[in-house]
Amino acid sequence: MSKAKLVILDCWVSPFCMRVKIALNEKGLEYEAQAEDLFGGKSELLLSSNPIYKKVPVFLHDGKPLCESIIIVNYIDETWSSPPLLPPCSYGRAQARFWADFIDKKVFDACGNIWRSKGEVPVEAKKEFIEILKQLEEALGDKDYFIGTTFGFVDIILIPLTSWFFAVEKIGGFTVEAECPKFSNWMKRCLQRESVAKVVPPPEKVYESVLMFRKMQGID
Amino acid sequence: MSDEIILLDFWSSPFAMRVRIALAEKGIEYEAREEDLSNKSSLLLKMNPVHKQIPVLIHKGRPVCESLIIVQYIDEVWSHKSPLLPSHPYHRANARFWADFVDKKIYPTGKLVWGATGEVQEAAKKELIESMKVLEGELGDKPYFGGESFGFTDVALIPFYTWFYSLETCGDFSIIANCPNLVAWAKRCMQRESVSKSLPDQYKVYCFLMELKKKFEAK
Repeated sequence: MSKAKLVILDCWVSPFCMRVKIALNEKGLEYEAQAEDLFGGKSELLLSSNPIYKKVPVFLHDGKPLCESIIIVNYIDETWSSPPLLPPCSYGRAQARFWADFIDKKVFDACGNIWRSKGEVPVEAKKEFIEILKQLEEALGDKDYFIGTTFGFVDIILIPLTSWFFAVEKIGGFTVEAECPKFSNWMKRCLQRESVAKVVPPPEKVYESVLMFRKMQGID
Repeated sequence: MSDEIILLDFWSSPFAMRVRIALAEKGIEYEAREEDLSNKSSLLLKMNPVHKQIPVLIHKGRPVCESLIIVQYIDEVWSHKSPLLPSHPYHRANARFWADFVDKKIYPTGKLVWGATGEVQEAAKKELIESMKVLEGELGDKPYFGGESFGFTDVALIPFYTWFYSLETCGDFSIIANCPNLVAWAKRCMQRESVSKSLPDQYKVYCFLMELKKKFEAK
């Protein structure tokens, strides 16, 4: 019997792709990551699997495509139930989905407002970014992970975005550790997990890419 | 703790309509509290401190926010009647994808078609028609987006039918001429009591949106 083939159309620096890989790692699943050249030329497979957005990640399960990282992580959790990434009760799941949605609506754009700044980074952009992290810190409270004692859905959705924080700190001239120490501790805790450490690239490497993106976009 | 269900609501919000439809599909009794969005209640601010927006579903005293998250919550808690999401994970993912497409593509561009003018409006109109055609393509020959039964994607999209008159009048185009199957689908949905009782009249919504537009232009 052939094993189910799991493929991710991937880009190493994409936090959205990292979410999918971490979820697969958490489930102990083997998969193939096919690197896409997002600037040189997207593959035919990517364009045909995600005709609406033409973006990574795309997750292919036995050739059937799934798009949008949060939807993919949900699918992985529903298809391979152990260990569960979402809490068992409906209210807990609604809370997890709420924070995942908040993270998607706010974090990456707030990062972008800083790393895409030409010249001096606007004070408002830095303030907004810190404010968002403080809201997340409040949601985390004294817990080890967002939904309780176990690493789960919200942590998976958020931790990859933090790989871009070093770049944001360098360009913005502040540190997350100084502004949001609880958040910083949560980051360190998650990065110790094998499923995460295998996937999240070194922050300096991401910073190099961000500087390259700035040049490409005519900011530097 | 009471089992009571409260919906913090606003009559013309497509997002609130999604929740009303889901509750009606499940035959759930609830109290709808109309918010004055220019003077938000302390209950709303307490129950949704992060976004301070409706809809908010309060169940057993606990808030659930964000319309698609609320619909999923309703579907999970009252799972014995009228399932909105399919049971197979792949079809669930598909339903979520298209509901998310409505949020990413129909809502923001629709807003610009009735709310903006000039080049911004023109560009939004082109994009909106394009997105509606994509949805029509996804619908195909099926009666509903999920297939034979009314479901999650239908709930996500049908409230925007209340915008059709506003979109056509402000954008000066015909939706039925561009997307006849989508209009047929909308009329099919409107035959369901859960939908027809949850959606306000299109002209009433038009008048409200035009008042809103005037307010923004005045600022």
